[in-house]
Amino acid sequence: MWGIVGQRVFRHGSSAMSLQGTRPAILASRSFSSAAKEMTVRDALNSAIDEEMSADPKVFLMGEEVGEYQGAYKITKGLLEKYGPDRVLDTPITEAGFTGIGVGAAYHGLKPIIEFMTFNFSMQAIDHIINSAAKSNYMSAGQISVPIVFRGPNGAAAGVGAQHSQCYASWFASCPGLKVLAPYSSEDARGLMKAAIRDPDPVVFLENELLYGESFPVSAEVLDSSFSLPIGKAKIEREGKDVTITAFSKMVGYALKAAEILSKEGISAEVINLRSIRPLDRATINNSVRKTNRLVTVEEGFPQHGIGAEICASVVEDSFEYLDAAIERIAGADVPMPYAANLERLAVPQVEDIVRAAKRTCYRSSSLAATA
Amino acid sequence: MALSHLSSTRSNRLLRPLAAAASSLCRPISTSTEPLVIETSIPFTPHKCEPPSRSVETNPQELLTFFRDMATMRRMEIAADSLYKAKLIRGFCHLYDGQEAVCVGMEASINKKDCIITAYRDHCTFLGRGGTLLEIFSELMGRQGGCSKGKGGSMHFYKKESGFYGGHGIVGAQVPLGCGLAFAQKYNKDENVTFALYGDGAANQGQLFEALNISALWDLPIILVCENNHCKDVNLFLLLDFLRLFFTLLLLWNRVLNGWLFGRWHGHC
Repeated sequence: MWGIVGQRVFRHGSSAMSLQGTRPAILASRSFSSAAKEMTVRDALNSAIDEEMSADPKVFLMGEEVGEYQGAYKITKGLLEKYGPDRVLDTPITEAGFTGIGVGAAYHGLKPIIEFMTFNFSMQAIDHIINSAAKSNYMSAGQISVPIVFRGPNGAAAGVGAQHSQCYASWFASCPGLKVLAPYSSEDARGLMKAAIRDPDPVVFLENELLYGESFPVSAEVLDSSFSLPIGKAKIEREGKDVTITAFSKMVGYALKAAEILSKEGISAEVINLRSIRPLDRATINNSVRKTNRLVTVEEGFPQHGIGAEICASVVEDSFEYLDAAIERIAGADVPMPYAANLERLAVPQVEDIVRAAKRTCYRSSSLAATA
Repeated sequence: MALSHLSSTRSNRLLRPLAAAASSLCRPISTSTEPLVIETSIPFTPHKCEPPSRSVETNPQELLTFFRDMATMRRMEIAADSLYKAKLIRGFCHLYDGQEAVCVGMEASINKKDCIITAYRDHCTFLGRGGTLLEIFSELMGRQGGCSKGKGGSMHFYKKESGFYGGHGIVGAQVPLGCGLAFAQKYNKDENVTFALYGDGAANQGQLFEALNISALWDLPIILVCENNHCKDVNLFLLLDFLRLFFTLLLLWNRVLNGWLFGRWHGHC
């Protein structure tokens, strides 16, 4: 269902482009390919992992159900058959054990891709992610490098309850020594996954279960096996001049929809797809805020000490004089995720929340203390 | 050395025959390479495997190097203890004195392509893998000349080129990491093994059993070495505290008893 909605938005976007006429050339060339080959995020991840495993024999895959079951979400489909049980390993349900083994293998020079069925289970292994992987390069003064990728779905799914819905972006992004990536589109998924596997440092790769089935157009450049995206660079998904909206992962889609709604009301929103949570592309965010003078940060996770908090601090430190309004933070509700569908809908940000927040920064409506 | 100094002074002509007699009593230390077979004193207790032979072939020269290494390690740890008490080493300082034989014995039968990983009691293990005393003391005191350039400290010594992977502060974490090293050795088809050392405290850690389970399932070339130094059990200081508490209570009870028996308190009623 989401795929269809996505396609509708893009088609509408491209028709809006032709109507307006005067669009910066860079947007036209970067947004949509004329070849219009579509790829789901699932296929993008699968192809990226496949190509990197094929290119480098040191890359191997480890996790629960990655092999025989073809992946809990079918991301690793066909890889066991192609590379064999020496390189695609099914583990018992022992996150602490297999994450430690993966980090130890990385110490020795292999390039493991460790899958967590969801990042909620990464908490079982977080000691190895932080203390054994992230800090080792520093503690050993560069002797030990840990070229490992921890990947899996992050954040809320649909109706899975409190213990299976948390977003871990801010937890991992606060730790020096880690790189944290959050793709949105198929291009992001392919490019960032390849960059993560090739990176000599530990990378936490936060996917989103609800995005796996969504299709996005991909150009020939993206489909090339040498394609990769730089870590630490955000992408401006939609240019605007009135308000900057930052988002990552699924919220980018929501922000783009909100930008559409705002454009009808005469507010031109600039949507930034963060792509890289750590290192954060402070330059792109600040340059955008210096242009628009207003900022709305959007994230799915808990509000306190979240990604939005860090972006607010960064903008206040670097571009305070440019702000014309207080920064608005849209985040998930400060409660464990409820199960009932109506409550769950209230606990995650919706498009209307982003629209309302953007209007508040433009002084279009009275400021309410409403949270997501 | 003292004896030779005495014999050199002219005034101590009386002591000269004594010195000569004393030097003839000194045992000469053999450096021969004639093979020597030693039987270990305590038998192995095997569990689902064949116990190794108790006869070890060595020679006097090799035994001397063992002694020299262990003695160096012992003196190094005692010196580290003094530095720690003088507050020149900060934070943590876990000493290996008493356990030297374990790492020296291990080193004697492995090579530098075999990997060793241990917890935070790593000074002597690092020395055994080819580290120098200067690197060790520099690291302990936070100097740039340290093996981790002063950024690691006592618990984070590494020597990757000699197959020493640390130096880990979290109890038990080194065991799954060691199984990972063994996994990489098997993956690369190296004919080498990994030694993961841990203690009686880490023996309780769940991740140890998780890693052991996976190692058995995947048949990894890992050897786990448990060094039971009883650190996790009641230690001497705890015992002294209890004794102190006991005697204080005894004294208090004595006073109470005296007060009641000899009616010193009746006057207050």
